Amino acid sequence: MRLRNTLENYVFVLPAVAIFAVFYIIPFIWVVQLGLYEWDGILPTKVFVGLRNFQEILFEDRIWWQSMWQAGYITVFALTFQNILAFLLAWACDREIRLKNFYRLIFFIPPVLSEVVVGLVWQWILDGHYGLLNHGLAKIGLSAFARNWLADPVTALTTVAVVHSWKGFGWGFLIFLAGLQTIPRELYEAARVDGANAWSSFTKVTIPLMIPVAMLVGILTVLGTMQAFVLIIAMTGGGPAYHTQVPVLRILAAMRGSSRFGYACAQGIMFGVILMAISFIQYRFSRKARQV
Amino acid sequence: MKTAVYYRTKRIAINVLIHVFLVIVAITCIFPLVWMVSSSLKTQETIFRDPSLIPTEFHFENYYLAWKEGGFGRYFLNSLLYTVSVVCGIVVISSLAAYAFSRFRFPGKGILFAMFMAAMMIPIPGSFVPLYVLLNKLHLRNTSIGYILCMINVGLSTSIFLLKTFFDKMPKELEDAARIDGCSKLGIWWHVALPLAKPVLAVVIVFNALNVWNEYVLALIIFDSKPLMPLQVALMTFQGEFITRYPLLMAGLTITALPIIIVYILMQKYIVKGVTAGALVG
Repeated sequence: MRLRNTLENYVFVLPAVAIFAVFYIIPFIWVVQLGLYEWDGILPTKVFVGLRNFQEILFEDRIWWQSMWQAGYITVFALTFQNILAFLLAWACDREIRLKNFYRLIFFIPPVLSEVVVGLVWQWILDGHYGLLNHGLAKIGLSAFARNWLADPVTALTTVAVVHSWKGFGWGFLIFLAGLQTIPRELYEAARVDGANAWSSFTKVTIPLMIPVAMLVGILTVLGTMQAFVLIIAMTGGGPAYHTQVPVLRILAAMRGSSRFGYACAQGIMFGVILMAISFIQYRFSRKARQV
Repeated sequence: MKTAVYYRTKRIAINVLIHVFLVIVAITCIFPLVWMVSSSLKTQETIFRDPSLIPTEFHFENYYLAWKEGGFGRYFLNSLLYTVSVVCGIVVISSLAAYAFSRFRFPGKGILFAMFMAAMMIPIPGSFVPLYVLLNKLHLRNTSIGYILCMINVGLSTSIFLLKTFFDKMPKELEDAARIDGCSKLGIWWHVALPLAKPVLAVVIVFNALNVWNEYVLALIIFDSKPLMPLQVALMTFQGEFITRYPLLMAGLTITALPIIIVYILMQKYIVKGVTAGALVG
């Protein structure tokens, strides 16, 4: 009877565990394994090369490191501009203000759209010859600033970062707003009774209480932005001349372009470890900030 | 001496400034979409010459052309099929598991649950590489079922987490009553637990639906044949093949984006809930 009972319990988790084992655990093991091989994905024989792939990534693959720096650039851009914008918007909405729900509705539209849709629409707006942005610049007499935004090596990466932030700030906005609404109104009252003006109650009450939330948004931004790549495929495909390449695009290129499955997996492990290290450091940092 | 009038004007001025700021950002959010729809209504000739927001003639036939000739009708149905199948799969599978993790005792429960939670935290960039190899071995590559199973796995961990958190807080009295009435475990799950979990199920459904509808890279590596492709991959393929046919591309983009926007507006409450709940995971 008890055995039957236990077996019955396993029936509940069986489908989930089965799918998880096949589509998560096996791939996880294979990534680690394949990273040690040179394999084109088709031949039945794989050549064991040990840590050779990792050596190549670390010391020879300059485009890989370039792609890492470029992802870092987009991330720093998102961490500052995107999150400051998100915070300001949340702060502006966290009061008795008309149309609050309307703004909240609008600001989360870019995040629900797919990266392909966003990328292709912006690519059309930013098109060098027929794009709306250059049309507009010409109309207000600033045609000197018009350029082929996504094909010019000087502007391509920053343009991608701007569009990425446009798509992403809604996440930070919603989380910041939820955080701001948990601050008890009495604290503001108390600050005012103690003679604090709007500015000092902002810096002495709002900011300190929002630091944990900001840290959380920061971690989510880093993890999300470092791994973003579909938007870039849709906007530039990684060009011009590798100027908008990011690590996941390199993994995709190693697999589909040069058929080096082992190398692609090694890049995946390397990148995963770097991401975990970054979020661990951020986590430690945020715990420290909370104790102060 | 600062008078009441001074403070009132100051407050109004600040409010106006805040609204100007919010309105500008709101316009920036909407404008690209308006431009997308506007471009989809122009012709192959006017789209490059006429930068007006409201076209002089509305060429709705672009939508018909995109749907039929561009094949977006087919891709739309594919996306719909994948989204519905994956969401149904996730709802059933993750709610069964979450219910067991919340209510039953069995050996290995702690480890299994920790496994799902760890999967939520550990990023595997490029997990599409081994998935491609795996599906090849299973002869599931370039099949709908292969894609559907992969996508069920993608949504599983978070859905189990959300549902288990909900079940943990749900009072057990109703289930006890059903058990005394002779209801089986599966019966209780179906007749008692699931109906009570409706609010959190809505969050699970909306988030997974958005996720599947918008998914690109797995579909890219899994599907070779066009008749199986979902919208996202088909859009990129169309853009690669007919680089200059912007009106049809824009119509295709509108066809892809519109269902998402409608679902979002109808289910906004659950999305806000999901984002804040998801943030608490961290």
